[in-house]
Amino acid sequence: MIETILTIAFLAEVLRISVPYALAAICGSTTERAGVIDLALEGKLLFGAFAAATIAHATDSAYIGVAGGMAAGAAVAALQIWFALRLGADQVIVGVALNLLALGGTRFLLQLFYGEGTNSPRGPAFGDAVATNPIVWIAVIATAGVAFAFVRTRWGLRLRAAGDRPEALVTVGVSPFRARLYAALVGGALAGAGGAQISLSVGVFSADMSGGRGYMALAMVILAGWRPAWAAIACVGVACASAIGFHLQIAGSSIPPELAPLLPYVLTLLVLVIFGSLGKPPRSLGKI
Amino acid sequence: MTLVTPRRLIQLLVAANVVLVAVGWIAMRGEAAKPGSGLQIGLVFDVGGKNDKSFNEAAWRGLMRARDELGVTVQFIEPTEGSDRESAMRSLAARGIDLVIGVGFIFGPDLERLSAQFPNVRFAGVDYSPSEGVGTIPNLAGLRFREHEGSFLVGAIAGLTTRTKIVGFVGGMKIPLIRKFEAGYEAGVRHVCPKCRVLSAYAGSEPKAFADPSLGQDLASAQYGQRADIIYHAAGKTGDGVFAAARQRKARVIGVDSDQHENAPCCVVTSMVKRVDVAVLDIIKDLAAGRFVGGIHELGLAEDGVGFIADENNRHLLPLEIAVKVRALRDDIIAGKIKVPDR
Repeated sequence: MIETILTIAFLAEVLRISVPYALAAICGSTTERAGVIDLALEGKLLFGAFAAATIAHATDSAYIGVAGGMAAGAAVAALQIWFALRLGADQVIVGVALNLLALGGTRFLLQLFYGEGTNSPRGPAFGDAVATNPIVWIAVIATAGVAFAFVRTRWGLRLRAAGDRPEALVTVGVSPFRARLYAALVGGALAGAGGAQISLSVGVFSADMSGGRGYMALAMVILAGWRPAWAAIACVGVACASAIGFHLQIAGSSIPPELAPLLPYVLTLLVLVIFGSLGKPPRSLGKI
Repeated sequence: MTLVTPRRLIQLLVAANVVLVAVGWIAMRGEAAKPGSGLQIGLVFDVGGKNDKSFNEAAWRGLMRARDELGVTVQFIEPTEGSDRESAMRSLAARGIDLVIGVGFIFGPDLERLSAQFPNVRFAGVDYSPSEGVGTIPNLAGLRFREHEGSFLVGAIAGLTTRTKIVGFVGGMKIPLIRKFEAGYEAGVRHVCPKCRVLSAYAGSEPKAFADPSLGQDLASAQYGQRADIIYHAAGKTGDGVFAAARQRKARVIGVDSDQHENAPCCVVTSMVKRVDVAVLDIIKDLAAGRFVGGIHELGLAEDGVGFIADENNRHLLPLEIAVKVRALRDDIIAGKIKVPDR
């Protein structure tokens, strides 16, 4: 067991599993730091996975599929911002609604495109390679890039101001709405890429294939105190726990394999109970 | 901010209604009727859906053959989650359909309840196993298979063809039904290769464990990484990921339920076929001939309800002499000389 964990192959496996979680978590930190509650991570992953698989199948290129997934994630984010900030809907409800829309909507579109409601035909895939998979690189660059951009770019400064003190932005003549929209679009595109990883690793989309990864990512955002790089690293921890779970099972260990995937949940709860969180939520989170 | 005015609310509701009606129309589209027996058959799919290239697809083939050969009218529903399954069957039963078929063990309790509520409708459940204390219900037929027998044979194939003496098994949801596949497979491997190791892993303990290809790929990669050179899956759509892992490394894999050669032509050694199509067709034939009886209908090797594929497509991976050996094992099981464990 220990020999298995200390191999490059295991590290590669963990990195690959963590990609959709990490990209969704970066999206969550970006949107929420701009002041918009982001429960729609699951929906962004699912629509991203759907668009990536269908576009990759139609164009026979997994790379165009990734672009499609990112566009779909950004589109869901735009919809979210429009409902939450332009129509003034409750942000929690918007998030839940978008997740439900993704569940039913992807099935509906499958039915329209292929005449069946659960699976898309097989298209090109990246497989389980790590170094040659562009989405892994998007995740690595986004982890460092977004953390850097938060403190060093106009986009990041305005985003954080919009989440903490939107009135300060107004006094200098900047629209908090725009700052939030741009934050959500970047985040949505990244979450869409995370969805693309879920479907393009195999080359098919099947209904509900995001399997709750978006909710887990949001828990990691809160655990990490809304810091994107930390949230991404917490997601590597989640991936590590589930990989250990597989290997426990495969090794036929007497430890119940269900325990390992439980680890991140238990850890999250413990941290939340003891510290409340590792950081404070943005001051104007959820307020318009 | 914008307020929700009554007018806007009405617009929204009308829009929602249009969408729902469209969805309903598409989802409930029946296949065009042929003049024939006039029987109406309804079928509700399991997680995985119609074209899963596996279990549900086999049921679908049986239904299509019944339509073509017997001229019955068919309707089908691919439900989404939990309660949808029950309401899908209920709506079919309430519309006066003659036979409602639920594809998957998960329909069990719903079938028992509905068969009591609609005594004039016949029901059939693929992989149905009665709940505690439930006896034979006259209008409910359970279509069951001895999957462990077929799994024993593909296990023997794995044991005879492995080079590393390590083989893998990837299961979907951890339930007694899938355990039958694993137990039979393991017994088959051991029967021909007592020293072989079987690595085994399940995708989870909820129905979605049958619909997570990405997780299936992770599990298969981990097993191939531990020098397993053949993997047998019984994991529905999750198995798609097992095939993806196999295709990528040109490693060998064994399919399940239907002939899954197409999923990885390079690499599928054989498939453990479970003739859900035959079972579905037979029960419809029984109904058409007025011979429908409730209770358990079980199919095993002796009834050709399970088996393995050996044809031109997989000749390069499954040499004739091995197929011959395994056919001899099949005869031994049918003759009762080999007892195959089912758990």
